[in-house]
Amino acid sequence: MNVPLLDIRGLHLDYNGKDGPAHALRGIDLTADAGEVIGIVGESGCGKSSLALAMTALLPRNAKVTSGEVRLSGQDILSMDASSQRAMRGSGVSMIFQDPMTAFNPVLTLGKQLVDFQRGTGLSRAERRTRAEEMLERVSLADPVAIMGRFVHEISGGMRQRIGIAAAMLNHPKVLIADEPTTALDVTVEAQIIHLLRGLRQDHHGAIVVITHHLGVVGELCDRVYVMYAGQVVETAPIDTLYHAAKHPYTQALIACDPANLTQKTRVLPTIAGRLPDMRAPPKGCSFADRCPIAQPVCMQVAPPRVDLTSDHSALCHMVQP
Amino acid sequence: MLRYAIKRIGIAVMILCVVMLAMYSMVFLVPGDAASVALGPRASPALKAALAERMGLDQPVVVQIWRFFTSAVTGDLGYDVWSNRPVTDMILEVFPNTLFLGAVAMGWALSLGIALGCLAVVLRDTWADRLLGVLSVSFISLPSFVIAIYSLLIFSVWLGWLPAIGAGTPGDPISQIKAVILPAFAIGITWVGYLARLVRASMLEVMEAPHIRTARAFGLPESQIVMTYALRIAIVPTVAILAVGFGSILSSAVFVETVFSRPGIGTLMTTAVAKRNFPVVMGTVLFMTAFYLMAVTLADLLIARLDPRVRDAFRS
Amino acid sequence: MRSGVKRLTKPLADAFAPLMGDRMGMFGATLVVTFLLVAICAPLISPYDPTALDVTNRFASPNWSHWAGTDQLGRDILSRLIWGTRSALGLAITSVGIAGLIGLALGLIAGYGPRWLDALLILIFDAFSSLPMVMFALAVITVLGPGTGTLILVIVLVSFPGYGRLVRAQTLTLRNAEFVQAEQVMGASHARILFRHLLPNVVGPIIIVLSMDIPVVIMLEAGLSFLNLGVKPPTPSWGNMLYDGYTSLRQSPVLVIAAGVPLILITLGFTFLGEGLRDLLDPRLRNRILR
Repeated sequence: MNVPLLDIRGLHLDYNGKDGPAHALRGIDLTADAGEVIGIVGESGCGKSSLALAMTALLPRNAKVTSGEVRLSGQDILSMDASSQRAMRGSGVSMIFQDPMTAFNPVLTLGKQLVDFQRGTGLSRAERRTRAEEMLERVSLADPVAIMGRFVHEISGGMRQRIGIAAAMLNHPKVLIADEPTTALDVTVEAQIIHLLRGLRQDHHGAIVVITHHLGVVGELCDRVYVMYAGQVVETAPIDTLYHAAKHPYTQALIACDPANLTQKTRVLPTIAGRLPDMRAPPKGCSFADRCPIAQPVCMQVAPPRVDLTSDHSALCHMVQP
Repeated sequence: MLRYAIKRIGIAVMILCVVMLAMYSMVFLVPGDAASVALGPRASPALKAALAERMGLDQPVVVQIWRFFTSAVTGDLGYDVWSNRPVTDMILEVFPNTLFLGAVAMGWALSLGIALGCLAVVLRDTWADRLLGVLSVSFISLPSFVIAIYSLLIFSVWLGWLPAIGAGTPGDPISQIKAVILPAFAIGITWVGYLARLVRASMLEVMEAPHIRTARAFGLPESQIVMTYALRIAIVPTVAILAVGFGSILSSAVFVETVFSRPGIGTLMTTAVAKRNFPVVMGTVLFMTAFYLMAVTLADLLIARLDPRVRDAFRS
Repeated sequence: MRSGVKRLTKPLADAFAPLMGDRMGMFGATLVVTFLLVAICAPLISPYDPTALDVTNRFASPNWSHWAGTDQLGRDILSRLIWGTRSALGLAITSVGIAGLIGLALGLIAGYGPRWLDALLILIFDAFSSLPMVMFALAVITVLGPGTGTLILVIVLVSFPGYGRLVRAQTLTLRNAEFVQAEQVMGASHARILFRHLLPNVVGPIIIVLSMDIPVVIMLEAGLSFLNLGVKPPTPSWGNMLYDGYTSLRQSPVLVIAAGVPLILITLGFTFLGEGLRDLLDPRLRNRILR
């Protein structure tokens, strides 16, 4: 049995705050194999950004992992020392950031940054430049040499995210994380970037993790999806199963709310009533219970079990049957 | 970059012309005329007339202004009323002393200030950081000439370690260094606190920026991140302040030089002002303004070099 | 019941906590208020007439009848210090106030009026602020002679560009704000827009800057008086006293030490207060504290 490239087991993460710790991640289990594209979907505040940071071991100072592991090719990156963690960033795991404008240093040329980011590869400066230029061409940018000499504010929006993708691919990472890759882009550019990411699958031999709140993006890009709510994975399934046979009430509500799924003209867009629970004091039962259309008394009192509906489809709910 | 440079220098020159005009027209604000004021109320009319002619006050106003402009551009700032020496010579004679003082003061303030600022960033949120913060703020509020007097009292009068007067003998660098220590300390102390806070604040702000997270995400070592990626942005406000600070240092120098009886622009000006010696005062002010404008323009150009966003914003 | 009271008072305590917890700011505020009170009550609390000579009792060290000793003419130092507070604060507040008003007016005009006027005013602002402050002061004093009036004029001339620029920047931002455009569409006159809308919004930051400048002005006045170019003796001014002390340093250090103390304390007070105020008003900090 192949060791999965990315294997997150039972990850619990707290943020220390003024009024006590906020439990941002409460027991995340997630795997990604080589050649797979997995999606992590959830609304703002569900913990997906924290998960992304945990995957690169870039957690802020006030974050504390209370239990669990993040394994990259079998090794737990959270228990590594700082220099090992640094060494694995870029080549072990790398990230495409949400806003390419702020992701790059404004006062250094893009070329310098792309060359610097290849630190630890052992290549000479000239070789790094060449590789950077090749990567820029790979993401369909014309005139890579000129771009190397430019600053990020001199580049148009659509091109910037392509450069972000090129940067992330530079060191052939085992796990490529795309954190809300299209959220900061306008619609026409979004389509191009999705097209580009799809095309990259052939070249990329590792795993890709796409984090987004946008179901449409997940549909276009991913093989398997994890749906997150309030720091937990509430459902996971292959993409087709999720769209046509989602079992968790939250997933069903999300799909129903997607404007792309509306079948009739309406003036009022559907929403999910209610709010996320306070992560400093999450409910002892199911987190979604107060917003769930099929909630029963047991849902408020007891934490829901993880039910395996098929070999690759599971949900965190009292009310589902295999 | 070149176009930006030309534009900045052009603006500086324009400002200088306005200042020159303002300075010279102030002479006409004097109650009475410049010659009488300089000589005092008991001068005879003949003496006043002679001085007036020498100062060119008998010419029509326009001619006077024109003459002033043209001669100033060629480096002739008029003549001292009393000694008849060219003002330019008098200035150039003492200016190196003041420049030396300013450079030493700025130098030590910068070194200590930046070091403390970076230290505060490393020790962020500890009691040491807070203590440094309070000390920095306290230092900012100390008036430099009071510090000058106090340090004169302590180190020269009571302890006798350092000289109380003068700039040392030319040709004897040890005496010159000894003479500059206390004045430079007095001037610099205000700046240490300010610079430390500035560096700390801008470094903290830059280190929170998303692009620093990117650099970390690609495994760059912290030292490279701090020195190349963060400091280059964080240092910009410091450079901006330096130029302005030089003007402030010159101002402090006026008082501190007087306290230590140190020959320099400061003492030159104060003695001239006391004697209502217009040409010297005007000439000195003009010279210092030109110098200050040059420092500011250079700083602006340096900033544009460090942060390319500045010159591109200027273009649009 | 107790929890109800707590629910009421907690938000109030939360709102004021930053300032109270900010010991530096409170300390500064206390100092400033003390000095203001001293200045106002000078005639009441001063033990002696500050100009009363007692030449037989020169250079007395601090003792029970003269808590801070006497100066080179036998005048009580403490009384002179107290009255000096009046000079310092009175001068500073007056000149900063006038400069502020001029800066406010010019800044509003520059920000709101036609482009060419703005360009002209900017040039004036830049020209005046490119002069090192003290040098400019000395130049004006040469022309007009030393004295309190000249001093006020100098300070006004040197300070107004800074306020003008600040007000101008604020005005420019606000000018394009939606509520201004709405007023314009409804046909409001320029005067109305300026006075009822722009002015109140612009006044806030400028008051803070004004209060931060007061210690600077006090130092400038003290410095110029120290050079005998400021307040004319025998009016007590800390700067004058520093000069007297400096020249008689060999005879007695008391005067020079005493004269420096209030200067340091008052600038310390204003600076701490300013820091406290700024921290309070910094929106990012406020969010963190009020959360």
